[in-house]
Amino acid sequence: MTAAPRPEAKDSLLDRIAGWADDRLKLAEGSRKYLRKAFPGHWSFLIGEIAMFALIILLLTGTFLALFYTPDTTPVVYSGPYVPLQGTEISAAYNSVLELSFEVRAGLLFRQIHHWAALVFVAAIVVHMLRIFFTGAFRRPRELNWVVGGILLLLAFGAGFTGYSLPDDLLSGTGLRIGYSALLSVPFVGPLLGYLGIGGEYPGVGVLGRLHILHVMIIPAGLLGLLGAHLFMVVRQKHTQKRTRRAREDNVVGEPLWPNQALTMTSLFFAVAAVLAFLGGVFEINPVWLYGPYEPFEVFAPSQPDWYMGWLEGLLRLWPAWEFTILGVTIPAIFIPSVVVPGILFGIVFAWPWIDARWITGDHAEHHINQRPRDVPARTAFGFAGLTFLLVIFVAGSNDVMAAALQTPLDTLTTVLRWAAIVLPVLAGLAAYRIAERLNQPVEAAPSSTVPAAKST
Amino acid sequence: MADQTTTDERDDKARAEDRATRIAALCFGVSILAALGLLVVYLTGGDTQLEGILLTLAFGGVAAGLGVWVRVLIGPSVIVEPRDPMPSRAEDRAGFEQDFDSTVDEVKVGGRRRFLLQLLGGAGASLGLALTVPLLSLGPIFDPNARRELFDTSWSAGRRLVTIEGEELRPEMLAVDEIATVFPADSDRAADSQAVLVHTRPGAIDLSTLPYPDGVVDGLVVYSKICTHAGCPVGLYRAQDAELICPCHQSQFLVTAGAKVLSGPTGRPLPQLPIGVDDEGFLVATGEFSAPVGPSFWNLTQGQDS
Ligand code: FES
Repeated sequence: MTAAPRPEAKDSLLDRIAGWADDRLKLAEGSRKYLRKAFPGHWSFLIGEIAMFALIILLLTGTFLALFYTPDTTPVVYSGPYVPLQGTEISAAYNSVLELSFEVRAGLLFRQIHHWAALVFVAAIVVHMLRIFFTGAFRRPRELNWVVGGILLLLAFGAGFTGYSLPDDLLSGTGLRIGYSALLSVPFVGPLLGYLGIGGEYPGVGVLGRLHILHVMIIPAGLLGLLGAHLFMVVRQKHTQKRTRRAREDNVVGEPLWPNQALTMTSLFFAVAAVLAFLGGVFEINPVWLYGPYEPFEVFAPSQPDWYMGWLEGLLRLWPAWEFTILGVTIPAIFIPSVVVPGILFGIVFAWPWIDARWITGDHAEHHINQRPRDVPARTAFGFAGLTFLLVIFVAGSNDVMAAALQTPLDTLTTVLRWAAIVLPVLAGLAAYRIAERLNQPVEAAPSSTVPAAKST
Repeated sequence: MADQTTTDERDDKARAEDRATRIAALCFGVSILAALGLLVVYLTGGDTQLEGILLTLAFGGVAAGLGVWVRVLIGPSVIVEPRDPMPSRAEDRAGFEQDFDSTVDEVKVGGRRRFLLQLLGGAGASLGLALTVPLLSLGPIFDPNARRELFDTSWSAGRRLVTIEGEELRPEMLAVDEIATVFPADSDRAADSQAVLVHTRPGAIDLSTLPYPDGVVDGLVVYSKICTHAGCPVGLYRAQDAELICPCHQSQFLVTAGAKVLSGPTGRPLPQLPIGVDDEGFLVATGEFSAPVGPSFWNLTQGQDS
């Protein structure tokens, strides 16, 4: 606790290294102000960091996995320790994943941590975006960063989808099959896109090699590049902050980067790592050996995709079988639910900052103080409606499992869910609007019987 | 009295700090032990769950120790940083514009900058086109046969039906209510040719609903196994209703009525493969599928005979 400077402190190793670097790169000048950079301290500001830390863990574990994986469909006969598959002809890719899981020490641990980290990564991005949305933190000047965040989410989906398809197990092929069919369904260019995507008619040529390069190189490069842009903008524009007594539009109130925030972040990183290590070590995930090798004529039922694909799966299940041919041009039944609707949904997400400024708030000014959800009832209502819609279609993604559990005919359940997907979002939106308005009423105006307990004393 | 309170408070604070230090030390200690334990477990053979738990403790110890350190020992600290509005100051912006504009003149050559600029733009666009078009190499789109790929399968008249194991089939080999996945003989189980052979109950088939009413042998009927929705293999057969069900999104096809769609999200029936029996008594295809197989695409009704 004694703060007296020790005479030899000047010559400590750290000092000498820092001095050496500064002599050559002139670092102190630019870095000094960042020591005291203010980080507004609300827990919800840490969610984005969780996503970033999950990404770091994905990169580290993924590098390890990449050293053992081969994107090769050449058939080999399995001769490893997993008895049920011994003597079966499987692809070299699947073989390498089995080897990684059963023979490489700590291989299964890292594989499972990697998969769990992917789930947490997407979840953290989504929750982070919800926080941004409901507090209006996307408003000017941060519209661009909102868009970058949206692209990061899309890339995270892409990373998940490609990664899921690599093991060449029975389940992985199903996702790929559906993805290819969505591509094929696009009018006029679908077959062309399909050919370019997988090198020919399904199951294509050398698809694993392509997915592999996408998964380990192109998508991670995109993620890292955009994450860099994302953070650059955050530093440039500084953080938004919660409305408090001291917070103003022209200041940032918070903890200094050094030491408080830096240590908090490090602690959080290790906490994320600990949780993922626990999940990966204890909870089995994607046990590919149970699914067996991929065969185009077999399917694993009931097949469920990773959670963040559930809404798409649900859309595919709920959308009515509308397929029609006009002037010789067929619009396949899956085109609307697998291409158009997701396109519209993401279009709204990307355009939201401008939609919000133009039609919801009419406010085009720069803002750094966040709103509460109640401050803009219309936005909050829209957000809740959207969330409810996503939730309903997500639930519909396992309508067969539900129908079995509820002992309801599947068709009845599907009809109910279709109506729910239309009606519930409207109800949720209206309810959110009313609640927000209620909360906005000044306390004096509220009927005295409802609040006195809280106000007295 | 006041002094007394201050001393008490100071004691309390010191005690709290002591306690926090001990907790943080304990956390780091756990971390060290767990990490070393992890090494031992790994070197002595490894065990996924144990490794996971030790790794959790090793990471978690650092997380908790640092957390206590920063939250309790260092304690909260709030600073206020000024924030300027985002745009550059007006004079900076004007200055930049001025500096830039003044140098633009240097780039002009005899006032013909516009012309040069257009040509440069043209060169850039052409180069971009020339360099990105090779992406078309990713698919066989210049191969005229490839354009037929979506319409054709490996089936043709006279081709025998074989099981997944490659066994040729006679009509009597499949009992009523049984199904079998079949491929054309010697096709190496071509993915686009997979079909499902169903033995329906006697008299159940409504022949008038079939694309090929003659392509049926004693209640045996064959349809493409690839779902017309998103391409999953249609593998479940509910015999009492004669329904083929796709496990992916539960499209249901009525086998006895040309595999018409009973429910589910798909928009068209499974194409039928006409079959017959050859001289040696084996099941053979007598033609191609009644429509392109698998998920629909925009020109599926065209290209049939092109
Ligand atoms: S793939 Fe068969 S119902 Fe969707």
